[in-house]
Amino acid sequence: MTTRTKYKTAPLKCWQKGKELRLEAYNDLATGHEQGKLLVLGCAATPYGMLAGLGDFVFLAGEPYGASVAADPPVSIPAMETYEAKGYARDMCGYMRNFLGTMFQDKYYFTGGPFPKFDFAWSVRHCPAGHPKWHQIVSEYQGIPMNYIDDETMLAIDGDQQARIDYVAGQYLDSIEWMEKITKRKYDDEKGIEAMRNYFINEALWGEINLLNGAIPAPIDIKSMFALMPISMLRRHEKVATEFLTELRDELKERIADKIAAVPNERYRMCMLTPPPWSFLKVFRYLENYGVVFVGTYVYLINSGEVKFLYDEGKVVPAIPPEKRPGWKTMKNREDLCRTVARWRAEHPFQSHLDTRKKEYVIMFKHWKANAYLLLINRGCVPMTTSMYDFQRDLNKQGIPTSMFEGNFADCRDIDETGVLDRLETFLEGQGIQKIQDI
Amino acid sequence: MITAGIDVGAKTIKAVIVKDNKIVARSINPTGFEPVETAEKTLEEAVKQAGISRKDIKKIFTTGAGRKSIPFADNNITEVTADAKGTNYLLPSVRTIVDIGAEEARGISSDASGKVLDFSKNDKCAAGAGAFVESMSRALELTVPLMIEISHKSTKEAPINATCAVFAESEVVSLIHTKIEKADIAHAVHDAIASRVCSMVRRIPIEKDVALIGGVANNTAIVEAMKKHLGVEIKVPEKPEYVSALGAALLAAA
Repeated sequence: MTTRTKYKTAPLKCWQKGKELRLEAYNDLATGHEQGKLLVLGCAATPYGMLAGLGDFVFLAGEPYGASVAADPPVSIPAMETYEAKGYARDMCGYMRNFLGTMFQDKYYFTGGPFPKFDFAWSVRHCPAGHPKWHQIVSEYQGIPMNYIDDETMLAIDGDQQARIDYVAGQYLDSIEWMEKITKRKYDDEKGIEAMRNYFINEALWGEINLLNGAIPAPIDIKSMFALMPISMLRRHEKVATEFLTELRDELKERIADKIAAVPNERYRMCMLTPPPWSFLKVFRYLENYGVVFVGTYVYLINSGEVKFLYDEGKVVPAIPPEKRPGWKTMKNREDLCRTVARWRAEHPFQSHLDTRKKEYVIMFKHWKANAYLLLINRGCVPMTTSMYDFQRDLNKQGIPTSMFEGNFADCRDIDETGVLDRLETFLEGQGIQKIQDI
Repeated sequence: MITAGIDVGAKTIKAVIVKDNKIVARSINPTGFEPVETAEKTLEEAVKQAGISRKDIKKIFTTGAGRKSIPFADNNITEVTADAKGTNYLLPSVRTIVDIGAEEARGISSDASGKVLDFSKNDKCAAGAGAFVESMSRALELTVPLMIEISHKSTKEAPINATCAVFAESEVVSLIHTKIEKADIAHAVHDAIASRVCSMVRRIPIEKDVALIGGVANNTAIVEAMKKHLGVEIKVPEKPEYVSALGAALLAAA
């Protein structure tokens, strides 16, 4: 912990390309209609590759958009005030408040131009607290049709998986018919299958990239990962994402081989369970002064990526795309597609029971060779905060140090930056970690 | 070796001078709006009291909310580390420390050497801190010492349920209007603070002995209420408001 090795460091070679791909996805939303693409709104957990059966499309997952706005307080504050002036509550989903605020202002964050008008909203039912309501508000405001798949993500319960798969697959089949009806387009099964194949491959790639941060020194820091994550989150169905993620993965492997560190003074490794406070990402850079590197966050390991947990062995390994897993069928038609997606979701770590999730937190802590977890009591997201004290107690019982702070991941008005830094400094001091310059 | 610790608190600045592991001077002043000048003045007063000159001090460590703002300090440490060190010096048997200052409360678990094992702090809430007592004493039109005195004479429970200082104040006003005795309201205020602080302290392992430090530890009504809520005896060191500054001075000598 007190070793004072100084590692080599270097910028990521694929950084610029990553930034361009990310911006391209957001800009596409402003010009999508001109290019004849469908504009579709949903939540980030939606298997949106399926939309490819209708032709070219741009999918906006509201969460990363809300996070981008939240990270820019001069834009975020007026947006949230606009939302509040419409009479909506301040304690709703932080992402939703930023998203709806810019929609009511008719200002699309990435271009400054008019807010995109979606063709429809299609989503899995994500986050019981607010996402269905979020998309319902957009649907009513823009006068667009909306369809929700009743396939809960997060806080899932154990139970009869086959019945669940049948139930959900049936809904996907119905929703394809619904999409054909509202868009007056014929659904091409082959295109839908192909895009979902890419989706599964890219998801596994992002999971693998996260796992590479088990190396010492860590080849990439969490802040850079947050910047590149939208490629996996928004373009998971595209070949261009496969090319980029493969390039990033290979570059990280090279960095590991050459011991090129994200943080040259790395001597204390932390990880998270949740998203960060987006307006306060500088906290990660600030803590680098202490030699602290944040190696990952559980939520984006299993939200933008997929991994396979081997519970009995206490290990985690890269995920295999569903069709290549033993006992899974190759997708040949629409029914195969819908059943594969339904089964994949049912068995995805994102659906883990809370007790299983506790095991996964410990496995990831060990895999990442972390020294501590940073936990956020997030006033902007109920599901992300549920059971946080229970998780903390459980981690502490297993000898894993934790530092917890209260704030809001998407409302800069609801985070006491000085207080959070003070708390973190106190925690690190207790762990024997001082600022590098003070040593 | 002579060292000094300065606790730059939200309400007061305290200085302690330690010579060869013995306390030789203490000084305190309201923080005001010029903490650097106040810290300088407080240290000078302590230097005078110790009968030494400023240059005799080998190292100065600061702690407290404004610990980073003092340019003449050699280093700064967090309140949690300072509290644990200072308490260990005064009460070596203590393993759980509760520090209630003007704006913040902390629970600290420490080992036999005064090393911090775990801690918890109040989040975005003044209802469990000293400023709340002062605010409530104003609402009751009592001085703080008088409020403490009458609190011990309370005969009836008067609940204050709000977890927020602002709403708790309206509850106090409502209790005044319903003709509840001031003694019972004063008791309820102390009980409410102790309840919130204890709820926060329970996040860490509570091991005996337990000590209460910080300015609020001089409030005997809160000490009584803490004893009731935690179900253990509470030790209070002499001059509890100086413990953080003492810890800083001791760490400067380490």
